[in-house]
Amino acid sequence: MIVEGRVIKLGDKIDTDVIIPAKHLKSTDPEYLAQHVFEPIDPEFYKKAKGAIIIAGKVFGMGSSREQAAIAIKAAGVRAIVAESFARIFYRNAINNGLPVIICPGISKEVNEGAWLKIDIESGEVTINNTKKIMCKPVTGMALKILEAGGLLEYLKNLRGV
Amino acid sequence: MNKSLTEKILERAVGKAVSPGDVIEIDVDIVAFHDLTGYHVIEVLEKATGSNTKIHNIDSLVVAFDHLVPPPDVRSAEIQQSIRSFARRNALRNFHDVGYGILHQVLLERYVLPGQVVMAADSHTTTSGALGAFAQGLGASDIAAIVLTGKTWVIVPHPFKIKLVGSLRKWITGKEVALEILRVFKADYFNGMSIEVFTEDPKTFPMDFRATVANMGIEMNADALMFIPDAETIDYVKNERGFEPKLIAPDSNARYVDEYTIELDKVEFLVSAPHSVDNVKSVRDVWGTEVDYVFIGSCTNGRVSDFEIAAKIMKGKKVKARCIAIPASWNVFKRCMELGYIQTLVEAGCIVTYGTCGPCIGGHFGIAAPNETVVSTSNRNFIGRMGSPQAKIYLAGPAIAATAAVTGRIVEPGELA
Repeated sequence: MIVEGRVIKLGDKIDTDVIIPAKHLKSTDPEYLAQHVFEPIDPEFYKKAKGAIIIAGKVFGMGSSREQAAIAIKAAGVRAIVAESFARIFYRNAINNGLPVIICPGISKEVNEGAWLKIDIESGEVTINNTKKIMCKPVTGMALKILEAGGLLEYLKNLRGV
Repeated sequence: MNKSLTEKILERAVGKAVSPGDVIEIDVDIVAFHDLTGYHVIEVLEKATGSNTKIHNIDSLVVAFDHLVPPPDVRSAEIQQSIRSFARRNALRNFHDVGYGILHQVLLERYVLPGQVVMAADSHTTTSGALGAFAQGLGASDIAAIVLTGKTWVIVPHPFKIKLVGSLRKWITGKEVALEILRVFKADYFNGMSIEVFTEDPKTFPMDFRATVANMGIEMNADALMFIPDAETIDYVKNERGFEPKLIAPDSNARYVDEYTIELDKVEFLVSAPHSVDNVKSVRDVWGTEVDYVFIGSCTNGRVSDFEIAAKIMKGKKVKARCIAIPASWNVFKRCMELGYIQTLVEAGCIVTYGTCGPCIGGHFGIAAPNETVVSTSNRNFIGRMGSPQAKIYLAGPAIAATAAVTGRIVEPGELA
């Protein structure tokens, strides 16, 4: 699985309340959620998110279990998130909704805003501006099986033969 | 053997030996959700199975309404209505409607036992670690999968040992200990680890304090936080449920990635300053900060000992900052009423209700305005968490919050003569 896109950079400890505030959690509609993604820090974020890859620092997605955080980012058109580390629940929510998430210690220093990134999800190889290659942690195990199925719902349907 | 509590619990749940880093599929003892995540869980269940949802084990499923309590708008009422109807259709036995309690408090009071695996659709599920359970929050889809199959997958975390020695000074509580851990380690250190807390003398660290520290395990980004079950655990379960629980312990030579000792006598009054839980400062460093609004309650600090401290500090005084106080459950509220704490808070001028998460999530029942300064006993001070993104939230223990309510400033309770 190869994912490509232009980089939007964010910092450390991006939390779920900033990704999608609690007042929007009475809906699970991806289109609605996409319009409010990152609202407290950048209400226009969704306008520039289409086709982007987010590069972030430590414990991206820390905080609440709200699955809408992953749904909103994906629905806004973000193709993948590469971060130094992820909060455990957000990481699973992203995978469960078919949003690729790559753990990559040191990535913030390597990549500038607007760079072009190509990610090989299975091998963990990340290519920056078609030249420099760095190795990140590949998605493996259960997470890869769920991601390949297109999310947890599809994975469950396959298991049950629905 | 040299197994930690984390490994012992997970080995029982998977039925074979495990080591940190292993990806395993485990049996879940208790699965739970509340109203704000519950409707999402049910949506996923219905997408996966049509109208033919077969719950794996009715007795292991716990539901409690808390986030939209009481419903502040029609959509919230509708969400609760749909879950109520799901509960009726599936004849749920452990369903707690509006007016019972915050899910994590309900799990402690009625359901969780030492050594269990607890998974709920809310990040503060770590609270159940107070009883020595392996407890994690998960998203709605993962929880739906557990409701259907009784199982989930986890990566076995690397266990880290924290020792608590000595005893706390007056009105210093579990909250200050949680903030001390965040001051030393910051919010990203424990990612991929489980924290196992050993209390040298069980009596120095009562269950309420354990619940606060375990609750904030998620703010430390720990995979889980557990107190090693001891005499205090036995007493708590005996008092709440009338029987003695079986204990589970790590091996005496258990291996930990590292360990850290907290001398309780040295822990001081601390706050998390805006806008990050690990921006921990001594109260001395923010001394005199003017406060508009105080919130005492939540799944972090909404228990009897919290209201005991608040009532002792507020007795005979009037609030200068507006004050909202919310015991975590009907049980806590009732006990606080019997002990006179509710009356004291009401006489001081606090609005008091119970069993809602409203203010903590910026949902309802007390939203912060732009540029207001809030002192909250809850667990998060992210930008916009309690309302306006321009509000400044200080997280504190019950003594600092109650003192802020009656003085209108962040100072230590010793200031009150």
